[in-house]
Amino acid sequence: MDKFRMIFQFFQSNQESFMNGICGIMALASTQMYSAFDFNCPCLPHYNLAYGLGILLVPPFILFLLGFVLNNNISMLAEEWRRPQGQRGKDPAVLRYMFCSMAQRAMIAPAVWVSVTLLDGKCITCAFCTSVPVESLGNASYPRLSQGEILRVLARIPCKEIYNGQQLIANEVAIRYLRCISQALGWCFVLLMTTLAFLVRSLRPCFSQAAFLKSRYWSHYIDIERKLFDETCAEHARSFAKVCIQQFFEGVSMDLVASHCHLPRKAPANAGEAAEKLLGITDQGTMNMALKSWHRCKPPLHLHPPALPTGNGWAEGQPCTHPSVPRRETAAYYSWV
Amino acid sequence: MDRFRMIFQYFQSNSESVMNGICGLLALASVKMYTSFDFSCPCLPQYNMAYGLGIMFMPPVILFLCGLILNRQSLVMLEEWRRPPGHRKKDRAVIRYMCSSIVQRAMVAPVVWIIVTLLDGKCLICAFSGSMDPEKFVGFANMSTAQVQQLLAKVPCKDDELMRNNTSRRAVSRYLRCCSQALGWSILLILIIAAFLARWLRPCFNQATLLQARHWSNYIDIEQKIFEETCCEHSRLFAHKCILHFFESMREEIKRHSFSLPREGEGAKGEEDLLRGITDQDRVNKLLKMWYHEKPPLDVSQAHQR
Repeated sequence: MDKFRMIFQFFQSNQESFMNGICGIMALASTQMYSAFDFNCPCLPHYNLAYGLGILLVPPFILFLLGFVLNNNISMLAEEWRRPQGQRGKDPAVLRYMFCSMAQRAMIAPAVWVSVTLLDGKCITCAFCTSVPVESLGNASYPRLSQGEILRVLARIPCKEIYNGQQLIANEVAIRYLRCISQALGWCFVLLMTTLAFLVRSLRPCFSQAAFLKSRYWSHYIDIERKLFDETCAEHARSFAKVCIQQFFEGVSMDLVASHCHLPRKAPANAGEAAEKLLGITDQGTMNMALKSWHRCKPPLHLHPPALPTGNGWAEGQPCTHPSVPRRETAAYYSWV
Repeated sequence: MDRFRMIFQYFQSNSESVMNGICGLLALASVKMYTSFDFSCPCLPQYNMAYGLGIMFMPPVILFLCGLILNRQSLVMLEEWRRPPGHRKKDRAVIRYMCSSIVQRAMVAPVVWIIVTLLDGKCLICAFSGSMDPEKFVGFANMSTAQVQQLLAKVPCKDDELMRNNTSRRAVSRYLRCCSQALGWSILLILIIAAFLARWLRPCFNQATLLQARHWSNYIDIEQKIFEETCCEHSRLFAHKCILHFFESMREEIKRHSFSLPREGEGAKGEEDLLRGITDQDRVNKLLKMWYHEKPPLDVSQAHQR
């Protein structure tokens, strides 16, 4: 059990660090994604807004969902939420705690994307270039164009190579203006997020510390219990398989003895463990038949007391039978109710 | 227990180092943020000052809040401040000590940002180019007020068509940069002298109180960590008992329904214990279904009674 204890202490003390690590990696990944993404403003009046705002808002939504998907605890939360009550009551505070902590971590990568996008400025420049105040920034005395024409000219602001409205409003002036607005929005957004995080973190000890300690304990407990149960089942499955296979080989060995009608050769006393482990199968032909039998006719998932001869009819070459109920060799042992 | 002791000695000696490390990382992060941030002054009369001063002061506030959030000790201090007295009195000196050490560490990154900004000069040039006295500079002397304002606002933008190759622009820019760097170096000097004095003169005042406050603030921190570790250990043991109890009750139920006598096979004793009486597919399926539909109650006191 020491090994388990060490492993679980590692997981427990490091589960938070592990989750924080994933969170940090996703934030870095979102920055990397943004710099690798080739932003191409369409420079057309009605498409600019859709493209710009789409690039600003759709990837954060994807990153948010990805944050939930990559979090191992989501299945634990779902299981705890949907399980029948049984003998153990459900505590909504624990569920709320688990959901909040997952949602907080999942929010970081989208917030990083939005901040980086706003601080860079390309998206807002693309989305709102048609709303630039031409009267204050540009040349109001320029020969009047129709509204549509003006929009078309302004829409080309992000695309310097095809911009043809230099007399209407200088390209650099418009871009500088839009970028300034975008960066101001970006810094305000970062300040808002940081203030919210600070408030959430610092107001909690002032109000509900005892309830928080309780929820945290039980949510860790649920996680540990699930892991321990999986480990116990794995251990059980291992023992089950071991006994099942051992009984299979014993069955094969007994059938071999029964079909050749001679007493099992007693291994010499000094052969030791190795001879015992051979389980009576000592030549190539026998081994091949055992392997074929294992493939064609796996034993039922039912372990029986060791003393019973339960060969599966291998040695006589009979067709494989798969009894769905265990054979009642000795009535005194069990009666199934 | 040895392992615990080793781990906690590590935490105790390194709690300060961990916090100093975070503080240093934030300072480096603030320099990196400044260099990767694409500063672009709007070069418009009403917007310059807001932009320049905003870039100089808003990120430090953000960095200060980050410094508070990332510091684990701030939570410990808040808990200590807000807890009911109970059987343990609260010591104001300890809380003050913790608060001041947290705030000092959180101030490092904002100060680094402000100093880097001033030494670089772009922010001040952007913010105050419009407030320059045009009489001092030859190129701006003989123009109307509105025109002068427009031109001065464009000084930070080197590539603007009006400002390219304009020597007066360079003069204004150099002047503002010089002021900015002087201010930056002065602030740095004052802060370092203040830190030096604070560290050297501290032992002259209230050293005993300081030692006490520092000891008890370390104590509170360690106590919190040990409590969390003990809760983890406890919940692991609780879960272990609960699951064993669950398997035992399944085994009892199987025994009750199948009337099988306990087997006396020798070689399989160890494995049989691990199998806990669950030896076929149906029983395993039933166990798993039961685990989902009817989790056992959170009460392991009965395990001892069986």
